[in-house]
Amino acid sequence: MLTKRIVPCFDVDGGRVVKHVGFLEQRQDAGSPLELARRYCDEGADELVLLDISASEQGRLATRRVVEEVATAINIPLTVGGGVSRIEDVRELLLAGADKVSINTGAVRQPSLIGEAAHRFGEQCIVVAIDAKKHPETGQYEVVIEGGKRSTGLEVVEWAKRVGSLGAGEILLTSFRQDGTRLGFDVALTRAVSTSVSVPVIASGGAGKREHFYEVLTEGMADAALAASVFHFAETSIASVKAHCQQRGVLMRWTTTIPR
Amino acid sequence: MIFIFDLGIGNLSSVQFGFERCGESSVLIASGTDWSEQLAVWGLPQAVILPGVGAFGDAMFQLKARGLLTPLRKAARSGVPLLGICLGMQLLFATSEESSGSVGLHLLEGNILRLPSGFKVPHMGWNSLERMRPHPLVEGLDEGEYVYFVHSFYAEVPNPKTVVSVTPYAGVEVPAIVAEGNLCGTQFHPEKSGPIGHRILQNFVYWSRGIHERMREEGNDVLQL
Repeated sequence: MLTKRIVPCFDVDGGRVVKHVGFLEQRQDAGSPLELARRYCDEGADELVLLDISASEQGRLATRRVVEEVATAINIPLTVGGGVSRIEDVRELLLAGADKVSINTGAVRQPSLIGEAAHRFGEQCIVVAIDAKKHPETGQYEVVIEGGKRSTGLEVVEWAKRVGSLGAGEILLTSFRQDGTRLGFDVALTRAVSTSVSVPVIASGGAGKREHFYEVLTEGMADAALAASVFHFAETSIASVKAHCQQRGVLMRWTTTIPR
Repeated sequence: MIFIFDLGIGNLSSVQFGFERCGESSVLIASGTDWSEQLAVWGLPQAVILPGVGAFGDAMFQLKARGLLTPLRKAARSGVPLLGICLGMQLLFATSEESSGSVGLHLLEGNILRLPSGFKVPHMGWNSLERMRPHPLVEGLDEGEYVYFVHSFYAEVPNPKTVVSVTPYAGVEVPAIVAEGNLCGTQFHPEKSGPIGHRILQNFVYWSRGIHERMREEGNDVLQL
């Protein structure tokens, strides 16, 4: 049986992992990408996501060196995002060792990039990241870009369906409102997206304790749940999250065979 | 020395590192010229790896364009252990619904079909291996161990003896490990499958090492390749 995935995420800025609150507020150093990658891999992470958070706004590509360093140190899948706006960016990140490339702002600006990249490199390696913000009055979820700074007018579920049909192999859905708050994932939003598309959905934003993972993987119907700061500062561990979910009937990956 | 076919589509360093962790060196073969050069340097390869991401038709096109089709067929026929990974496994079969009109290597009987609709596709993530028969590749693995899959198509294999392990997805018993003689393939990515994937690669290395030694003792050499 296919398991649900627990996915630690690094936000990388200037070669260091940083933790941030609400996209815009202050940042805190959370360690070296290589050390954290190794630790999470050993602790049972099902894959890793590395996002160069300053890449998009500054118009440059995710630090190639960090990607190469992390990719060679782990033997689980690695998704990399940050500043991907051209087909060459996708290629460069794949060559640096990413297994999947996440496209966010670049996909909104130029939706044809999704199909082009999927056709050229295979849809399995194209992740479209969607940052969602709930409108305070209408309650509608809108797609925001450039780290939440810019509105797009796109409705989240419609955009998710569109990127799925354009060739995205997976959707990384982040609730802007929840991100960094540790108040829990946006379960309703995740469920709405996951039931509308045929590709896997990774829920992101708001993880604060292990119960949150269980909620979004069951009620939220997410295929995977992503978190950053809750793991970086060891407030809960991957093993503890997995044990909690498994005990409640959510299938998780455990490794029992010790390699020779 | 392990020869890894490089079709220029994805990054092969994780495959190389996977073998390095098993104590085995590898070289990338990007063209027919590389093949003959490396053959002259290293002699009979211990094994040939056909990795693969991207689409079935494109990969077959790249094999042809790079002059690698003949070396691959010769290696397969000579008895050198050959491991296809993910799309590389699918290329061992006859045809694929992914690329109509394009034919595969047809080293194994069977065709590549699209996963049924109504389920999340690609089949992405960690799924369990159920053993159908013993094989050196799954030596020492417990039943139900998880490995990492990412694919939208699967092999329909008429001969049940070809299938070593399956994984359940979308109502299908998806062939996860196939093997016949010196040929084998994994639908999942052993190089991305943590300690279990490592064990499978290590099993492949031990198995291929034995065959390699026997072939050399029997006087098989590079001339036949």
